[in-house]
Parts: sequence; structure tokens; C-alpha cells
Amino acid sequence: MTVDPSRTDDLAVVGTRRPKIDAMARLTGEARYADDLSMPGMLVGRQLRSIHAHARIRSVDTSRAEALPGVVAVITGRDVPIAYGVLPVSQDENALAVDRVRYVGEPVAAVAAVDEETAEQALRLVSVDYEPLPAVLSIEDALDPSGVLIHGEGQGANVHKAVALEFGDVDAGFAAADLVREDVFSFAGNTHAPLEQPATLAALGGDGRLTVWSATQAPHYLHRALARVLELPSSRIRVVAPPVGGGFGAKTDILPHEVAAAKLAMVTGRPVKITLTREEVFHSHRGRHPVQMWVRTGFTSDGRITAMHFRSLLDGGAYGSFGVASTYYTGALQTTTYRIPAYRFEGLRVFTTKPPCGPKRGHGTPQPRFAVERHLDRAAEELGLDPVELRLRNAVEPFSRTVNHLRITSCGMRACIEEVVSASGYHGKKGHLPRGRGVGFAVSAYLSGAGLPIYWNDMPQSEVHIKVDRGGGVTVFSGATDIGQGSTSTLATIVAEILGLQPEDLAMVTADTDLTPVDLGSYSSRVTFMAGNAAIDAASKLARLVAEGAAQRLGVPPEELVFRGGQVAVRGDPRKSLSWAQAVRAASARGALMTSGVYWAPEMAGPYRGSGVGISPAYSYSAAVVEVATDPETGEVSVEEVWIAHDIGRAINPVLVQGQVEGSVYMAVGEALMEEQSFRRQGVHRGPSLLDYKLPTTLETPKIHTILIEEPDPEGPFGAKEAGQGPLLPVIPAVAAAVEDALGVVVHEVPITPDRLLRALRAGHRGKAPVIGPASVPSFEFGEPERVQPPVGSPAEVAVP
Amino acid sequence: MMRLPPFARLAPRTLAEAVEMLADQGPGAAVVAGGTDLYPNMKRRQVEHHALVDLRAVEGMRGIREEPGGGISIGATTRLSHLAGSSAVPRALAHAASVIASPQIRNMGTVGGNLCLDTRCSWYNEPEDWRTAVGFCLKAAGDVCRVAPAKSHCWAVASSDLPPVAIALGASVRAVGPGGERTFPVADLYRDDGIDHLALLPGEIVAELLVPPVDGLRVTYRKIRRRGSIDFPELGVAASVRLAPEGICEAATIVLGSVASAPVRCREAEDLLAGRPLTPEVIEEAAAAAAHPAKPQDNTDLSHVYRKWVIPIHVSRALQSLS
Ligand SMILES: Cc1cc2nc3c(=O)[nH]c(=O)nc-3n(C[C@H](O)[C@H](O)[C@H](O)COP(=O)(O)OP(=O)(O)OC[C@H]3O[C@@H](n4cnc5c(N)ncnc54)[C@H](O)[C@@H]3O)c2cc1C
Ligand code: SF4
Repeated sequence: MTVDPSRTDDLAVVGTRRPKIDAMARLTGEARYADDLSMPGMLVGRQLRSIHAHARIRSVDTSRAEALPGVVAVITGRDVPIAYGVLPVSQDENALAVDRVRYVGEPVAAVAAVDEETAEQALRLVSVDYEPLPAVLSIEDALDPSGVLIHGEGQGANVHKAVALEFGDVDAGFAAADLVREDVFSFAGNTHAPLEQPATLAALGGDGRLTVWSATQAPHYLHRALARVLELPSSRIRVVAPPVGGGFGAKTDILPHEVAAAKLAMVTGRPVKITLTREEVFHSHRGRHPVQMWVRTGFTSDGRITAMHFRSLLDGGAYGSFGVASTYYTGALQTTTYRIPAYRFEGLRVFTTKPPCGPKRGHGTPQPRFAVERHLDRAAEELGLDPVELRLRNAVEPFSRTVNHLRITSCGMRACIEEVVSASGYHGKKGHLPRGRGVGFAVSAYLSGAGLPIYWNDMPQSEVHIKVDRGGGVTVFSGATDIGQGSTSTLATIVAEILGLQPEDLAMVTADTDLTPVDLGSYSSRVTFMAGNAAIDAASKLARLVAEGAAQRLGVPPEELVFRGGQVAVRGDPRKSLSWAQAVRAASARGALMTSGVYWAPEMAGPYRGSGVGISPAYSYSAAVVEVATDPETGEVSVEEVWIAHDIGRAINPVLVQGQVEGSVYMAVGEALMEEQSFRRQGVHRGPSLLDYKLPTTLETPKIHTILIEEPDPEGPFGAKEAGQGPLLPVIPAVAAAVEDALGVVVHEVPITPDRLLRALRAGHRGKAPVIGPASVPSFEFGEPERVQPPVGSPAEVAVP
Repeated sequence: MMRLPPFARLAPRTLAEAVEMLADQGPGAAVVAGGTDLYPNMKRRQVEHHALVDLRAVEGMRGIREEPGGGISIGATTRLSHLAGSSAVPRALAHAASVIASPQIRNMGTVGGNLCLDTRCSWYNEPEDWRTAVGFCLKAAGDVCRVAPAKSHCWAVASSDLPPVAIALGASVRAVGPGGERTFPVADLYRDDGIDHLALLPGEIVAELLVPPVDGLRVTYRKIRRRGSIDFPELGVAASVRLAPEGICEAATIVLGSVASAPVRCREAEDLLAGRPLTPEVIEEAAAAAAHPAKPQDNTDLSHVYRKWVIPIHVSRALQSLS
């Protein structure tokens, strides 16, 4: 029996439009999210949060809170003194602040009480003696040599990470250019705002083992951190991720309340649940970094890029989080869309006294993508070229290597561009619509899974187990978390395809460290690709076992059997067949039916520090055309229509892919026009509520035309690539370009609020340049870059799975 | 958001009983109708009440009736969704109701609650922790205004959508209190003081909104907000004109919402319109003048500068739609 996961024809369930297998459970309320869980004797946990952006903690007095009837325990930083962080290089955060607070909203103490009211009341009885320190709220403040150091004592620059890399000879590239252009850009920070507020329930069993049910995207990383902070062997901790109600990156870091709930459960011996309030979600954050960018690019007169120098400055907030990776990501993927023969990247992340930034959908790449796309539009103008043509002239080739050692395999970028340009009628519209209406265009690429895990190890990035019971029931075990993106359905579809069953036939056990093998988590768009390949491996091994049993019964060699429609049949002779259940019985007579599948990404890292960020077994490509209607008098913008083509490789379930594309467009519209995680000078969030933080509603959501480009990727499961993040990327610069087309205002900053747009329009009326965007970026001395030889020999080898 | 603090809830069946209960409970008690404004404010600990008199079960206080002498009475506990869908009321009033908050909130929120809505400020409508971090302000427990610290005045914003259009329609309210009942123009319900913004007498309850017959009056309401739903107005423009047959404006009323602690009448602009035809030039002139009395502060989502800039544009568009 053979399974060829890249076969393009003859698929039974892969590629069919079907609802998620858990759709009804999620719709009817049957799905139990972390906050729905409850246990006998459960206590309610709440956290006391800092009211200072920056302060030393002189002392914390919990005695009055402890004396309040109904309070079972109060803990402070002294009870959880071990620092942690999701990245091994950034172990800089404590669940409860120990001697210093670094943002308004940072947890300082936690209580467990019999109910929420008592817990709230107890928080008011905890007295914290603070010695306020100056708040540091911008990149400029952070870099001020006479300012305070947020981590450490004394003065200096609050640099968390500075990188400078040069690939190829950038100076020579600029010297060879006919046009060298520089632009500056700014991208405001914003937050994920998942519908489900994070919640964690922790309970110590009678056997002394700790179980933590948490709304997390990465149970494995939480498991590791809890073992470290609680000083328990991993084997004594079980982490379970119940169905998660949206993540977008908000639930990939280890969040303080997860540790606090676990510690309180250990201290009290009773189950403790902490659910964040909506305000607390804005403090918990880990969202999009505010980034200031400067870019210089050389072009030949016919528009070919000769060199690029890109500089990004990230306002990181108080802690490391994923920040080192975020910093590299702001420089890594520029080369995945355009052939850039020489490239220099300088990236800086500073600490400020605000909630920590981290990964949000597109992690570190929407900001530079915005900058690069807008910069290319500027260059196209100056070169007198059509923006689409400029992209096509520089488009990367499939199966090539970039100057920064990224391996490009399948690449549907040209097809994406052609499809959206023609479907939208872009060329007939650009420059031709009535004043106030405009169109914009942009392209992008994104990872299908980060090439390396976040901590160094040589174990598989994903494992899937499959077990079959004697009646034919199939149970699939995967560590991946379904955060609403439908990963469980996708894995079920992949396994069902190989076994000739229906996805709904399978029992899926996911995201439970006691029961499921490790998957690194639902981040970096890795699950379909990596867990999907592990599922193919496990299912193929199982099919082989079943085929051997069935072959014996049918008297044919196992290679001649096919799995289809619940039957195991002889190829070409469907009358000679066994039902799946009969085949399983035959195979079970030969031993246990249980298999494991694994996925390792190929070795891809280049010969330099930081080369682990940006590599991926495959890149998805997207292109978008956006049409806007604006009000030239009031500066209001409405995104009317979006055409988006996404190179998915293969849509395992087109409904889910379309859902991801549409969700990405929705989120991009918010980031382009209204969303902003901003702070007042006291360091407090401007409006930590869903009324004040402006997420688009359905009324702001445009008409979306999704076009899927399906050219199977040689290493993807059935050829699939990612869909969860990439489609967000081109939409933001395309909205900005459309506003420019509509009004002639230069847009180098998002969000494009009516305030900003009207200010620019009025400047235009006064004869000044109508611009939304910064005049410069903060200066920072990066020093000499690490020089890296570009790869020799361009074609990329592909690992055939 | 925190949970509601404990309070006593009283449920009178008649308006007289409600007035009596409110008086009995003394200062610190209040009425509640839909609770869509009051409860979130209590959860954020902006206000505290030991007792709430819930008007929802009061008989005869809900519904829209035609008055015997012409005009319409809208009971104070009439739901916004009911008003929004009513064909008995002037179109502009139904439209104003239809753009308040969101469908769910309109199903709970009432006309009386909207007329009596607390003023809002981006330094005030925040959770208690937030205000502890920033420092409290004049309107609640503090001694300084965070928006304009130099003056000891509160600039919290009158942010409800019905009052401007009610004023433009020439509507009145009937209020009932311990000292009896009185009927007065809607404009007189408000004081330009962010803290003490209602001119109700102690213990008074708004019983109904009385809208006179439209009788040829042309009325419109424009709401400027960030999103097509949920958001409070950043600016509200209500305008009404009475045109003589030859197109001359006999009388005009222009009222701005969300630019002060009370709805703002634009008398200069109104005077500019009186006796003149609504030509584009006349409209532009009046629209420019309409911005004069408005002094928006930096305490809503969009900047005060922006809000000031766009007043003439929206007044002009409102008047154009009436011409
Ligand atoms: C997310 C959100 C968005 C909103 N958006 C808008 C908006 O766009 N436009 C807008 O106008 N409003 C908006 N609101 C505010 C509010 O929902 C409405 O104004 C609603 O009409 C209030 O009515 P209610 O019956 O719920 O008032 P309640 O909350 O019950 O009461 C509000 C205030 O009025 C007093 N009160 C109520 N009834 C009477 C009475 N009969 N006599 C005397 N005093 C009384 C109460 O004591 C209280 O102080 C919004 C609210 C929320 C939560
Ligand atoms: S205007 Fe001033 S006093 Fe009034 S609520 Fe706002 S900050 Fe407080």
C-alpha cells in the first residue's frame, strides 16, 4: 500500500468544503473554554496590579488581606521568585513583581478567595509601598543616556537587542544604482483582542500532581516554564489547553496569571481559577510592537533592486517576551518577495515601561511589510513605473535562495499578483476613480512554520500518535491547540484522507501534555504544515499495519490495497474488499494498532547568528488590491472592497482557508484605520475596553473576494502551506496606497485615523506637503554589521518527505 | 470589569411610588431604567449608590402615544429600539435613536436614560484601577480636572444622541418629583457643568418626552462616530428649519451634541439663516458660525482639534439636507 501525500488528483476529503468538526460544539456552547471549567471547592484568584509605570517596591503588606474572612491565600513576588521567559535568552519576567514594577498593570500580588467579591476586596487590603521611578514611554526616552535603566540600576540606554547584518556588498549595490531612495515609516502598536479573555484553572491532585487547564496556544512552552518556576519536575505537571477562543499570538507567551493560578493551587491545595477581565487583557498584551523604520533602496532605471538597507526600531515594552525573535523578524522576510542582491539590516528593540509587546498575527513582519511596500510605491512613482510592474520585475523565483540564506521553494506570487490585479480591475481604476475613491496594491510572504523551535533541541517539531480500537474507532493524539483556526479539523481531514474515512469518524485528543505527544504550539503558522506532516507520517504507518492484516485476509500483497470510502479494497477490483472495521480486526490479530508520526523541518539555517529567524520549510504568498472610499472634507476612510489572492499550496479545507483569509483582512483593516494600543503620559493605557479600543465591527468589514492559488508545495501536507497570518500582510499597505490614490496624501504611518488624515489634508490646502508619517526615526549607533557571504549556487534543494 | 457593588433594588409599580421611594432612600439613591449606562459606571466605581429605584415595572411609563391636542408623548422607559422603529415619531428622532450604541443596548436602553445620561470623559469613564494610577478628578473623588487642570471646572461631555434632536424639534420633558410635576423645554434639562449636568430638582424623575406636531418643520440629525455601531457620538448635529413657500428660512434651530457638557445651541448661525434662503453661500456662512460656541476639549476619542474642524462641515451637510 502506498500513500502519496502530494498526489494532486483523486482526493476524497482533502480539498472539500466542510464545516469544522467542532463547529456545533462551539456554536451551541457545548465546548467548554477554560473559564467554563469549574471544580468542587474551587477558589477564585485575582491579581493586584501596579498603578505605576515604573517603581521600586519597598514592601508589600498582605496581612490585612489574609485576615479577611474568605481569603485562603495571598502570594507575592517572594513566593514565585524564579524569573522566566518564553525565549531562553530572555528570562526576565516574574509572575508577580519582586522588587520593581515596569508597567501599569503588572501583577504584584495574587489572592485566592472563596468568591470574586472577596478576592476583589482582598486586593484592596494589600498595601504596596512604592518608590516611583520615571516612566519611559518612547524609543527616544529609552535611548536617552541620562534616563533611567528599566532593567538594572543607574542610567544608560535601555537596549534589549541590537542587530546589524550585511549580506553581500550593499555599498557596491548602491553605487550601481540609478536611483537611491530613502523613506521613513511608523507603525503603531496594537493588540490582539481575542474574544476569549485568557483564563487558567489549576488543581493539585490527591497524588500531588498539578494539572493546569489554560487558554494557551502553546501548552508545551507553558509546561516547561511552569516546571522551572514552580520547581517541579515536568512529569508532575499536566498542562491541558481546552478549546481556545481566539489567540492571534496573545496566548503564546507564558502569562503571569498562568503561573499565579498554579502557585495558588499549590499553596492552598484547592483548585484555583483566574480569568482576566477585559481591562487585564490589555495589560497582558504581548501584541504588535510599535516600530519606526527607515529604508534605503537602490534601483536600476528599469526598476531592478540593486541593494536595500533596512533599519527598524521596536518599542518593546517592559519585558523580553518573544522580542528578540520579533526584532529579527522585522528584517528577515523582505527578501522572500523581492530579489535583493545585497541587503543590510539593522534592528533595535528597546525596553519601555509599558505592557510587553510580543507576537501578533504576522509577528514582526506587518510593520516592515508596510514600509517596504509603501517604499516600492514611492520608487515606482519616481521611476515612472507601474507599481505592479515594479513588483513583477523584482519577484523572487521559485526554488531559489535569498541573499540572507532563506530557502524559497514553491512560490505562487506571480499568480497571486495576476489574479488580484485582473479581478479587481486595478489598472482601470488606479488614478481614474473620482476624487475620494482610490485603489491600492501590495504583496507579501509569510512562513509556514518557524524553521526552528524557540529553545534549541534536536527533537521533532511535531509528533502525532494514532491508536485504533478493535471496533475500528480511530483516535488521533496531537499536542496542537485548536484556537479557532480549525487545526483539529485539519488534522482529522488529513488522517481521514489517508485511511479512507471521514474526518467526523475520528476521535481527536489534543493539547494535553499527559495524553498527547509534543507539538510546539499554534504559532508561526506551523500546525497545518508541521503537525499535518506528522499526521501523514502516523496515518501512513497505520495504513501500512492495517494493509498488512487486510492483505493476508484478501490474499493480495499489501501494496495493492487502497483506502477509500470506509473500505480497504484491492486496487482496480473494488469487489475484493474489507470494511474498515473488518480490516482493523484482521490487523489487530497481528498486534497492537498504534503508530507515531513525526515531523522535522529540514536543516535550513544560514551561517550567521539569528539565521534561525525567518527560515521556514515553505512560504505562502499573498497579493491584495484594496478599494477605499474617503471623505476629503472630514478625513474619514472606509474600506469598500478587497480582492486578495493567497498562495495556499493546497487548501485542505477551503472553507477554513477562506475563513483565515477573511479574518486576516478584517484584522488588517483595523490595524490600517483604527486600532492603536497607546498610552497616556502616566503610562496608562488610553482606553482598555472594547468601547475605546477601536476594533472594526461587521459594518467596517469590506466585501472580500478571496482567490486561492493552489500549486502544491513539495514538502507541504498534500501540498498545503499556511493561511493564518500571511493574508493580513499586504492589506495594510494596500489600504494606505488606496488612500493615497483617493486623496493624494502620502501615507507612511498607520493607523490612518480621521484626525491624522484631516491634518494632512489641511496641510495640503495650506500649500504644505500632505503627509501622514514621521519626519525621521530616532538615531542609534548600530556599529559595524556582521558580514555574511550570500549563499553560493542558487537553486534550493527540496527535501522530499 | 469589576462586578457590581452591592445595592438595594426597589421596584415601584407606579410613578408616585417611585418618587416616594427615591425620596425615602435619601441622597445616594438613584433611578435606573435600562441600566446600560448606570451599571457599567457603577462597575467601574465612577458612581456609588446604596439603592436604585428601578423604573422598568412602573405602569404607564412605557410607550409612544399621540396626544389629544396633537403631538406625541414618549414614555421615559420606552426602549430605544421601539423608538427607532416607530413611524409615529418624527423621522429624525427615530433615526437618532437608531444610531445609538448597538442593537443589544438599544433593546435595553430607554429614552429617559438617554435624556439623563451621565456626561462622559476619557479620563473618567475608566476602571477604578486606571483612575487610581492616573489620579482621580473633580467629577469623582479628585480635586483637579485632568483635561484642563488650570480651571476647577469639569468639561465632561454630553454624549447622548436624543437631546440635540429633541431640542431641534422643540420638545419638552415632563418631570415628576416630591414637589409635584412640571413640564419644560428639553434644553432646560441641562446645565453646562460636567458634574452637575442635569437641572432636575432633587428627587425628580423624567416621566415623558413631549414632541410637538412637526407641522412642516424640517428636521435632521447627523452623528459622527468612529464606527458604524456601538460608538458614542464624537459630534452630533441636529438642525431644524421652517421654510416659507418661496424657500426663505423663517426659523432655524441648530444644536450640537458632544462638544460641551450640555447640548449647545448655535444662535449666531441660526440668526444668520433667519429670513434668508438656504443657498450654498448662506449655508456656508451659517455653518462657519456654528462652530463658534463649541469648545470641545481633548476628552473623547477623536481630538478636540478635529472635532472643532469638522463642525462647519457637518452643520453645512445637515442644512443642505434640509434645503
Ligand atoms: C457600549 C455603549 C455604547 C453606547 N453608545 C451610546 C450612543 O452612541 N449614544 C448614546 O446616546 N448613548 C450611548 N450609550 C449610553 C446608553 O446606553 C444610552 O444612552 C441609553 O439610552 C441609556 O438608557 P438606560 O435606560 O439604559 O439608562 P440607565 O443606565 O438606566 O440610566 C442612565 C442615567 O439616567 C438616569 N435615569 C434613567 N432614567 C431616568 C428617568 N426616567 N428620570 C431621571 N433619571 C433617569 C439614571 O439614574 C442614570 O443616571 C452607550 C452605552 C454603552 C454601554
Ligand atoms: S473633564 Fe476633567 S473633571 Fe471632568 S471628568 Fe474629565 S477629567 Fe474629570
